[in-house]
Amino acid sequence: MTTLGPLSVRLPSRRATRRRSWARLAVFPAWGLVLPAAALSAIGLLLVWSATRNDPGSTLLQRQALSVGIGFALLWAVSRIDLRMLRAYVPVLYLLGLAGLIAVLTPLGRTVNGSHAWIVLGDGLQFQPSEFAKAATVLALATALGEPRDGERRPGAGAVLLALGLAALPVGLIALQPDYGTALVFLVLTTGTIVVSGAPKRWFAAFAAAGAAGVLLVWRLDLIRPYQLQRLMVLADPDADPMGMGYNATQARIAIGSGGLLGKGLFHGEQTAGHFVPEQHTDFIFTVAGEELGFVGAACVILLMLALLWRGLWIAAKSPTPFGTAVAGGVVCWLAFQTFVNIGMTMGLLPVAGLPLPFVSYGGSATISSLAAVGLLAAVNRRTRTPA
Amino acid sequence: MRRTVHRGRLTLVFVVVTALMLTLLGRLWYLQIVTGPSYARAATETRVRSVVLPPVRGRILDVRGRPLVANETKPQVSVDYMALIHQPDGGKDVLTRLARALGRPYQEIADRARLCAADVPRPCWPGSPYQPIVVTDDVSVRTALWIAERQDEFPGVSTALRPVRTYPLGSAAAHVLGYLQPPSPDDPEGGPELIGRDGLEAQYDRELAGRTGIRQVAVDSTGTVTGLIREEAAVAGDTLVTSIDARIQEVAERALTRAVTAARKRGEPADSGAAVVLEAKTGRVTAIADYPTYDPSVWTGGISQRDYEGLPLVSAAVQGQWPPGSTWKVTSTAAAAKAGYPLRGSYDCPGGYTIGGRVFHNFESAALGRMDMHRALVVSCDTIFYRFADRMWRRDGGLKPVEHPKDPMQKMAREFGFGTPTGIDLPHEASGRVPDRAWKKANWERTKADSCRRAKTGYPEMSDRKRAAYLKALATDNCRSGGVWWAGDAANFSIGQGDVLVTPLQLARGYAALANGGTVFSPRIGKQLVGPDGTVVRTITPPVVGKIDASRKTLRFIRDALAEVPRTGTAAGAFKGYSFKRLPVAGKTGTAEAYGRQDTSWFASFGPVKKPKYVVVVVVSQGGTGGTTAAPAAREIWEGIAALTHDGEKKHDTKKHTKESGKGTRAASLSPVAFSKAGGAR
Repeated sequence: MTTLGPLSVRLPSRRATRRRSWARLAVFPAWGLVLPAAALSAIGLLLVWSATRNDPGSTLLQRQALSVGIGFALLWAVSRIDLRMLRAYVPVLYLLGLAGLIAVLTPLGRTVNGSHAWIVLGDGLQFQPSEFAKAATVLALATALGEPRDGERRPGAGAVLLALGLAALPVGLIALQPDYGTALVFLVLTTGTIVVSGAPKRWFAAFAAAGAAGVLLVWRLDLIRPYQLQRLMVLADPDADPMGMGYNATQARIAIGSGGLLGKGLFHGEQTAGHFVPEQHTDFIFTVAGEELGFVGAACVILLMLALLWRGLWIAAKSPTPFGTAVAGGVVCWLAFQTFVNIGMTMGLLPVAGLPLPFVSYGGSATISSLAAVGLLAAVNRRTRTPA
Repeated sequence: MRRTVHRGRLTLVFVVVTALMLTLLGRLWYLQIVTGPSYARAATETRVRSVVLPPVRGRILDVRGRPLVANETKPQVSVDYMALIHQPDGGKDVLTRLARALGRPYQEIADRARLCAADVPRPCWPGSPYQPIVVTDDVSVRTALWIAERQDEFPGVSTALRPVRTYPLGSAAAHVLGYLQPPSPDDPEGGPELIGRDGLEAQYDRELAGRTGIRQVAVDSTGTVTGLIREEAAVAGDTLVTSIDARIQEVAERALTRAVTAARKRGEPADSGAAVVLEAKTGRVTAIADYPTYDPSVWTGGISQRDYEGLPLVSAAVQGQWPPGSTWKVTSTAAAAKAGYPLRGSYDCPGGYTIGGRVFHNFESAALGRMDMHRALVVSCDTIFYRFADRMWRRDGGLKPVEHPKDPMQKMAREFGFGTPTGIDLPHEASGRVPDRAWKKANWERTKADSCRRAKTGYPEMSDRKRAAYLKALATDNCRSGGVWWAGDAANFSIGQGDVLVTPLQLARGYAALANGGTVFSPRIGKQLVGPDGTVVRTITPPVVGKIDASRKTLRFIRDALAEVPRTGTAAGAFKGYSFKRLPVAGKTGTAEAYGRQDTSWFASFGPVKKPKYVVVVVVSQGGTGGTTAAPAAREIWEGIAALTHDGEKKHDTKKHTKESGKGTRAASLSPVAFSKAGGAR
């Protein structure tokens, strides 16, 4: 049995002692999760407000506030669910998620901002099934991997193959949209869940090999689109085409870089006010944080996310069941990867990929599903503190 | 509790997640703290648009305040090259619509909107692609407004009311005034404004241009202006007051054109010509006429290739060089007098004078008997000067020259200002040539290889056999002994033939020195620079660059001799019936020969004889003898001057002169800075 790293042992355990005294007063069972999520959502609302303040008649702020409200209601509701009962419904949730992804590919689906990832239900009411599929897939994977047979501590070959099969369906459907960014989130989330579940190491070697083969296949079969290649080129040299593909990357870096240490102040971002960065209220929301709140504010966003992720890992470590550990680990990998890709993209570390920043970016589906995912963490946490 | 959690795996995820977030923090630190300032600058650049406010360019006035170059506000239609090429069809659609709106063919508009390159003929845009390209300034206000109101239909097209250069006197003094062109893309200081490329526009470009203003506005990503950041008004350029008298200028141009036309009627080619009028005592330029000339308004609004190719851009007066012919005898006489030949002495004027076995003839080989130098100048006897030159050449050692030859004639010619540019306030001036032993040797060494090759091969490509044979003989001669300054060279020099070259302006300045008692000026056209508020910024005075080392008596003697020429001498025919009482004129004809070409016709003159005020020099290239072509034109100019002076100019002039000098001292005492600037600038 490997031992927990010294850093991770000390940090969560110190918090744990503090937590216990607070927990009796709490209405929510997991303040360590909810506080960072609430702070990030609040910052997100302010930034969406700032990014859209000059657009007359914009209702984006109100809509995002509504999404956050729904998200927190869902968070609370999910956190109340008993995990054992939830497990019983996982197949239903998973099939619903797949149904949504299939529906996108039927005439029900719509293309919004170049991504055929939407289902429009009516005037102004639209959602992105892939966002909800993330949570459903995490649960499905955890179900497959979190039930080691008696006497086994690790998921067997059958469980891992089942998990890979369960993951392959949504990944394939999303790749058909095509939305390779989101597909990549699914791949990372799957890998994370399998890693956390304790599957034997040889599976990762196989997994890595399959991944490499996949990349090679995509490359050789010319599945990669010219615009995607361009995005990669722009990453290598953002100044190569400052008015074309490099425009987003360049303008985003200018906005963030010009913020300096303390920023220009909320609602005082000139690049933001001038709408120099496209999609600044959605995928590029972090540029608003960088410009208006400066290094101090933008670092706060990253640190809040880190706090939430650490808390999630602590919950995973404390979970009495392999299922809980797998759920928590999967959610953490999902949020961590999406955060890294989003912020990394705005700062020119990664190619431009259309992934929202969890809790912060404008977007109903993403906000609600991210908060629901926090609800899952809270549900795992509840099991931790009410021993069976 | 059974340990189901694989802690090692969670530690791995913990490390990876933490590392990812720390990477983001590090990148954030780098972007905002390390390189933040440069991004802040970049942010300002993308957010701030600078709108250049063009200053109104200063006018150019004549001596009486009549505008030679003025401004007129006209609507201009410009296109933004960068905006056009970023359109999917390269702007073709917009330009088609624009051409239709302007009522012009598409090709014309498209041609003007393209960038000049080595293989792109005019019309094209010689300026930077980042500045608006003026496609036309010949557009009605109505059409301009119509286009301005439809910005969505004409992306990248802008309209503005802009001052445009106008030339109230048409083609008058076109070469002197010069023209404007957009700055070339590689000009580091090139702004969006046109800059002077020739003439006074180029010479006084900095003063005329004024200071460009700037308005910085905040814009959003669509380019919509959201606020004003900084505004600095443009400062209009200075007005240049010149010493040109528009009326005399017109008289000179008319006379020159008439002379050329008349010469052509007589069968002469008369391919070009010039007339220069200087103030003898001050070195100021009163008129400079060039033939052929052009209408400077062709420059406004871009110029077509056909127009550009046909433009006679070279000023004959300042850039044209010809042998001066007998007008040169003025310097030779002064040189002879200084070398000890008495002016009143008696010299024989035979029909020919033999030098080195070759006979040098008088004009039409006439033998005129014995005479003094006065008569020699009046009848333009060559042989007397041949003898002077021959003797001087021998005194300097002949073919085996002494170490420091005296070269009295070359020395005197240089004192008259020949052989060096006059330094007039115009660009591209030619320097003329005063040949001597050293020059001939250097020239021979430069051309020896080619001459010797030609001496062998001849000129088989030439169809004119006679000319080819002559050139071959010349090449043989040059190859063998082209570096030797023969006595014949000296003889040719003495009468302004052979390798001597002068510009009309140089000759005018030399005659001004003769007329004013020996002061050689660097002529100036500009007289004053007046700021936009009316104050005199700078007064320009023609600087004295030399003094002729000849006695006052000698110069007066020559002047008196030249006074005879229009009355009884070589120009008597041209000046028949001229009212010498009204404005007595002295002058000298010149007929310079060149092999294979018609003679260059010269007349250099000054007047009034006793108190010379003006110098008039006329040249017509391939125009025949000085007396038949150039002298009548000079007479016409003198008559014009006389008429204008008579019509009150005389009185006005004296008054003006006192007023002017008063003004000058006042400016000097009030504004020492401006004065010292004026002194130091040139």
